[in-house]
Amino acid sequence: MARRVTLKLGFAGGTRDVSVVIPDDEPTPWAWGENFAVVGIETPRLDGAVKATGAARYTYDVDLPGMLHGAILRSPYPHARVRNVDFSEARRLAGVRAAIDRGGETARFAGQEVAAVAAISADIAADALALIKVEYEPLPFVTEMEAALKPDAPRVFARDGNATDPKITSYGNVTQGFEQAAAVHEAIYTTQVQTHVSLETHGAVAQWDGDELTVWCSTQGIFGVRDDLAVFFNLPADNVRVITQYLGGGFGSKFGAGAEVMIAAQLAREANAPVKLMLPRAAEHLATGNRPSSSQHVRIGADREGKLSAIELVQHGSGGIGGGAGSSGPFKSLYRCANIRTEERDVYLNAGRSSAMRAPGWPQGCFALELAIDELARKFKIDRLEFRRRNNSNPVRAMEYDLGARAFDWDAKARAAKSRGPLRRGVGVAAAGWHGIGASGPQAQAIAYRDGRVTIRIGTQDLGTGTRTILAMVAAEELGLPLGRVAAEIGDTRYAFSLPSGGSMTAPSTTPAVRQAAAHLKDKLMRIAAPMLGVDASALEARDGFIRARDQPAKAVKFADVCRRFAGDSIIAEGEHVPNYEGFSGEQAGCQFAEVEVDIETGIVRVCEVVAVHDAGLIVDPLTARSQVNGGVIMGVGFALFENRRLDPQIGLMMNPTMDDYKLPGALDVPDIRVLFVEVANGVTNTGVLGLGEVVHVATAGAIACAVADAIGAPVRSLPMTPDRVLAALGKV
Amino acid sequence: MPRKIDQDPTGSNCPPDHVSDVAAREDTARLSRRAFIKGAGAAAAVASLIGVPAAAATSPSPESGEAAGAGVLERIGPGAREIELRINGVARQVTIEPRVTLLEALRGPLGLTGAKLVCDRGACGACTVHLDGAPVNACMMLAIDARGHEVITIEGLGTPGRMHPVQRAFVEADALQCGFCTPGMVMAVTAALAANPAPTLDEVKHAVSGNICRCGTYPHVFKAALAAAAKARSLKPTEGA
Repeated sequence: MARRVTLKLGFAGGTRDVSVVIPDDEPTPWAWGENFAVVGIETPRLDGAVKATGAARYTYDVDLPGMLHGAILRSPYPHARVRNVDFSEARRLAGVRAAIDRGGETARFAGQEVAAVAAISADIAADALALIKVEYEPLPFVTEMEAALKPDAPRVFARDGNATDPKITSYGNVTQGFEQAAAVHEAIYTTQVQTHVSLETHGAVAQWDGDELTVWCSTQGIFGVRDDLAVFFNLPADNVRVITQYLGGGFGSKFGAGAEVMIAAQLAREANAPVKLMLPRAAEHLATGNRPSSSQHVRIGADREGKLSAIELVQHGSGGIGGGAGSSGPFKSLYRCANIRTEERDVYLNAGRSSAMRAPGWPQGCFALELAIDELARKFKIDRLEFRRRNNSNPVRAMEYDLGARAFDWDAKARAAKSRGPLRRGVGVAAAGWHGIGASGPQAQAIAYRDGRVTIRIGTQDLGTGTRTILAMVAAEELGLPLGRVAAEIGDTRYAFSLPSGGSMTAPSTTPAVRQAAAHLKDKLMRIAAPMLGVDASALEARDGFIRARDQPAKAVKFADVCRRFAGDSIIAEGEHVPNYEGFSGEQAGCQFAEVEVDIETGIVRVCEVVAVHDAGLIVDPLTARSQVNGGVIMGVGFALFENRRLDPQIGLMMNPTMDDYKLPGALDVPDIRVLFVEVANGVTNTGVLGLGEVVHVATAGAIACAVADAIGAPVRSLPMTPDRVLAALGKV
Repeated sequence: MPRKIDQDPTGSNCPPDHVSDVAAREDTARLSRRAFIKGAGAAAAVASLIGVPAAAATSPSPESGEAAGAGVLERIGPGAREIELRINGVARQVTIEPRVTLLEALRGPLGLTGAKLVCDRGACGACTVHLDGAPVNACMMLAIDARGHEVITIEGLGTPGRMHPVQRAFVEADALQCGFCTPGMVMAVTAALAANPAPTLDEVKHAVSGNICRCGTYPHVFKAALAAAAKARSLKPTEGA
């Protein structure tokens, strides 16, 4: 049932033969030096044309006959008991078809769902919300961490204190580590709450047919939404169908069925008509998730050779009424150090719930650790890149440091004399890490039709990363077909199961299932082709649109001619992602270099240049991969310099729930970005593809912070590095 | 081997000669008194719809005939009424309340869902359409104010099977990820290239500076815009040479 294969694995810095055991029906994993025909070639995404012409139908664009429009009434108080909800006037408004409340649930943040209506137009639904009479009993609230930690602070939940017990991780002995240190650096670093600001807001269109529910949903995980709805409405999972053809961004905020999805389905059931409910922009900021804040007390020490002897992090952070504010990931893995201790606590506040956001915990942890590393390196008077090389934990990153330093011209830029004028240049470098190796679970179908076309079907979803395209490319590669003959159909729970698109899991989890399905389809076609060619099926290969004898190229038949022999319309094969093998490496290393220009009179920071060096295993489509790196870097610019969810502590409301007061990076904020990939044949799956979405966002804010400190000669230890903070670091305000 | 993926033409974000400031000053210089007064006339047209004499309206529409005579008040609403809009070269009748924005009219009764509602306050450009060739935020304009103007939407530029050259350039450069900002980006770039067929990188950046892309796909947008401009120039015979 299983066979052992020897694979050449590794990267340009060194390969080795690795022996792995794989199931019999699993294609031999792609290894170092494969000769690809489709994979690895820059390919415009297959759904580019429908997106560029406005023809792509997002959840937001779904329009059904008789469809109503839903709207949600939200608590105007950061903490309030809901005593009574009176719909009598709202229901009398012409055009209102349904109204529901949330069962008197206590509102714990300003923006929490209280009631909802459905009406024949969005305007009437909005008018109806204004007619709902809610009796609130406002309660004491707290929206700032330091206030929430005081013994007499208002309680967010009915529990002792607003902070969780510390989560402690410890390797070695940090006390001894600090005793061995020749120098120690200690400081507190803070980061803000960042919101996802997906351009397509959260929402759904829900339609009932008896006890069958169909939901078009803007989600990163169609099967998770299906399961949540099935539980909520007490239905068999098969009665719920979730569809996401196109998705206007998610960044971690769109897993599972949120309140707005449940409400859409409840309203649709009550009104006995389909209901569309997409959130307005302000609600998106308030109630659909965020990256938690952090206050990170960092202490690091190194011995006389500049080798880290101890790393300690004591932090707390807040995801509002949610948790998951830890930031210890980078502290535990980016550097080699025998003594590491981290302590993390979540602090609850009367603010919107946190959710996963692009590498949860890592950008904030990387910012604190990397700026601290720079501050320590300066004490040793060691070049900051050299200090990192001495303590680096990963051989791929060692090579990435070299490549990046050359592309960035680190040696010259780091040593350049500082201007004496108001515009000061500075450079920084930061390490990135992640673990986008995927997981087993996804299933896929490969279907060949009589006319020679092939379709891949899998219930995954495309966040905008180009999932459809890379899946079709992997199948085309396996089947020896040009890409134009292969289509990928995704985004429907009627298709084979796949995992949610998060944790950089989609590409590494789905490509092995698709490749296996394509390999199984190829086997079936070869069994048809074998008698046509008079050759044993095991001696055949599929290349260039032909199935042919491996050793006698003249014995060949067109793929399409084999398909013409089908007894029926099509042949279907299935595949799955088997558990990952022990390959070369499951870690994913990266680093980014940044150059900034700081105006020391105004405090304004501009990011001039970023060089991003990353391992993504096998790169299927370098064009879309580069888009993802650009995006991770640019979102990092926003985190470093602009974005900040501001709550007024006196009234507990968000002050900037827009897309202008909440400042996002725009075209004029984009640095010159250069992308370098170090390909690693990791052998952990049959494709060796890794996810890119998160690792490319981890290091940016840290590298920019290091560059700002270099430019002005003083660290800015709080994000975002707004002009006031820069001027404060310069002692000017 | 490590592969260096070819560099996107973002250019330095910290130009030593501050090109962008120079361009901004030139823009200011080009804004003449005449252009300013013309702009004020358009504002008066808007005012007419809320009860100011309609004499100042620059483009009275045929269907408002009963009220649009010189010095006569045009009263519209609050209920729905039928108006005519010219969308993608075709006259379309639509019955709407006066509070309906151009974007709502396009996406709702007109069934053109390419333009997106994202910020709902003119801050992101996802709803960009062309009004008489100029890019406007359709979320910031009432549908009734679009009467008498030529509106072009993303659907009017091209279709998946027959793309506009700018749309094709977007696909080829992968100037889109989730795609939600893309219709607005394409409309902004198309209008910019019509006004300036040979833009510099800095001018392209300014042309899309009102369009927010949360996927951060800007570098490829710049590349697409420059590629589309270069291709258009290469296809066009040089004038006067």
